[in-house]
Amino acid sequence: MTSAEALGIVTRKKTLAERILDGLGSTVVNIVLLIVALFWLVPSVGLFLTSLRSAGDNAESGWWTIFTKPAEITIQNYANLLQNPDITGSIWNTIVISVPTTILVVLIGSLAGYAFAWMQFPGRDWLLIVVIVLLAVPIQVAIIPLAQLFGALGIFGSVLGVILFHTAFGLPFAIFLLRNFFTEVPGELIEAARIDGAGEWRIFFRVMLPLAMPAVASLAIFQFLWTWNDMLVALIFTNSESMPLTVAIQSQLRQFGSNIDVLSAGAFLSMIVPLIVFFAFQRYFVQAMLAGSQK
Amino acid sequence: MTAVAAAPPAPAPEHAPERGGWRRFAITAAFLSPALVFLGAFVLYPIVYTVVRSLFDRTGGRFVGFDNYVTMFTNDTTFTAIRNNVIWVIVAPAACTILGLIFAVLIEKLAWKTAFRLIIFMPMAISMLAAGVIFRGLFQENPNLGAVNAAIVAVQGWFSDDANYPGAGPREGTGIVADRGVISTESAVEPGSVQNFPLTGIRQSNLPEEATDAVEVEAGDGEIAGTVFLDVIRGGGGTNGEIEDGKSGLPGIRVDAVAPDGSIAGFATTGAGGEYTITGLDAGQSYTVALPASNFDEGAQGVSWLSASFINAVVILSYIWIWAGFAMVMIASGLSAMDRSLQEAARMDGASEWKVFTKITVPLLTPVLIVVFVTLIINVLKIFDLVYVIPPGASKPAANVIAVEMWTQSFGGGNNQGLGSALAILLLVLVLPSMIMNVRRFRQEKAR
Repeated sequence: MTSAEALGIVTRKKTLAERILDGLGSTVVNIVLLIVALFWLVPSVGLFLTSLRSAGDNAESGWWTIFTKPAEITIQNYANLLQNPDITGSIWNTIVISVPTTILVVLIGSLAGYAFAWMQFPGRDWLLIVVIVLLAVPIQVAIIPLAQLFGALGIFGSVLGVILFHTAFGLPFAIFLLRNFFTEVPGELIEAARIDGAGEWRIFFRVMLPLAMPAVASLAIFQFLWTWNDMLVALIFTNSESMPLTVAIQSQLRQFGSNIDVLSAGAFLSMIVPLIVFFAFQRYFVQAMLAGSQK
Repeated sequence: MTAVAAAPPAPAPEHAPERGGWRRFAITAAFLSPALVFLGAFVLYPIVYTVVRSLFDRTGGRFVGFDNYVTMFTNDTTFTAIRNNVIWVIVAPAACTILGLIFAVLIEKLAWKTAFRLIIFMPMAISMLAAGVIFRGLFQENPNLGAVNAAIVAVQGWFSDDANYPGAGPREGTGIVADRGVISTESAVEPGSVQNFPLTGIRQSNLPEEATDAVEVEAGDGEIAGTVFLDVIRGGGGTNGEIEDGKSGLPGIRVDAVAPDGSIAGFATTGAGGEYTITGLDAGQSYTVALPASNFDEGAQGVSWLSASFINAVVILSYIWIWAGFAMVMIASGLSAMDRSLQEAARMDGASEWKVFTKITVPLLTPVLIVVFVTLIINVLKIFDLVYVIPPGASKPAANVIAVEMWTQSFGGGNNQGLGSALAILLLVLVLPSMIMNVRRFRQEKAR
């Protein structure tokens, strides 16, 4: 027995049949995945094409008719939406809710995350465990009490109430994510800064935050999309003046068929910003999820 | 600034000197208190309040003990919601995780891996409201509007080429009658004779494209022949029951020759001009000639996806559309971080790819799979938007889940915040096991 034979499988070249089978296998995989990808794309494409057809056309035939009758294409639905003060107001409200919430969560969360990572105080580990427990708390347990509390404070129905609600429920994840990131920063860096006489504030703003930019970006994108896409909290805590786009759209759901022009264009309008954010910052979004996603 | 700089140099936090204690406390508090205030006032206090509130009646005025919890499991509406949540938890996380695992493994060697990932992952970015609008549109019942039913009807159309003429009936006074959907001759017909079927009640626009003007035929020995035609001239005119120019034949109709004992002695299908010839008949017999009911039924119909029977499946499907991408991305990152030497060794030992996958890859992936699974369970328990958006009014009760019922009871007209609170606490109790798992996992990581 030669040594090559002893190695057997290791050195054996693939037979022609095996190579054909491999090639066939990858062709099948390619085709299957192509079909899967198509199935995944059709819903969004269908919504987009529906939004490009008039309510009358949509009542008579499905969106796929647009392929045989491209003359049906119109941007009238979008024009109508953008001339409707309720809708433009709700788009503005969505921004007014999402941006401050994101800033607050990042700011407060990173301060606390730093404290949990690099400051010593009694009960620190227990507090951290409380934060981890709170990661999975369903928002439903806070809705009724906060509706009453905000009512008493006179902010029920305002954008502020929604911001406070989202900030509170965004914090456990923010603290957890950033604390984990901060603990990875080499201790020597902080020691060196302290030897140089830097105080905690200076260390936090000049050393830690710049280092944590990738984590902060992930968190900010995650929180922004979460708040932008929320419907439940806004449904309860806003009124017709302060409602965001999601709530404005859902109010049209009762007559799905006859409101399809508003619904399809509105839904697609609400998707544009998340899609841009998603395609531009996909990497950070994935990182936020990987960093511990329990929301 | 100067005050901070004056602090003793290089105090590692663990050995903070006595003198700095008060200042250190103040700084720590400044970093920590905003978060603690938010969490205390808007998360922890509400939990306690909701627990207490769940023990009171609808207005909050009367203590009722655990009555709300009893109601929750005995009332039909809330019980349906709880049952549906159980279905969700059993189906959705497993489906997403399995799909995610399959995708993650299959795309490893794919040339267009990035594109595939983007496509599957994209629904994660959009709101559940938008996803709900999308799926409600896709699954509309009318096959002219809902893409899913349009596809089903189209596929059925490929497999059955029989034309359908719903609503057709015989022209009166021409010797043919309709009985329970079957159109047949009043009296028996002998072979060698011609039997025409003048029909009415079919819209010109419903005629198939291949239909031509009705064609007259003759019958040979042992044959019954004739023409099935639409006994109407577009624009009016003509003689009832006669084959004339401008009357269209009805192609694709099955014609049976029924013997007196009820058996079918022969059949034919009409051509483009509505003509048929049934051959091989016994010359001594006479037959009833009949157009079976299948010619005139409604044809392929869409499935009522949004009705009570299918609504849960549709909503869960929309969830899978969104979250399979999450599972795929998580699992793919687990795969890429994996040390492949074990798999290589097993392949060298001659293990099949399937064995390598089930005996090595999947066990190594278990920690990731558990994280994905637990995340999805927590997420599924709280499902609200999709169930709120997709079902039309009539099937809302059948699709109900705890989070939606909690909203309905507390804010959506139920007017019972006691029961609403109890439902919220039920949700909290249901996620408790995952909370414990989270804490355990954290402790293990810390111990390492």
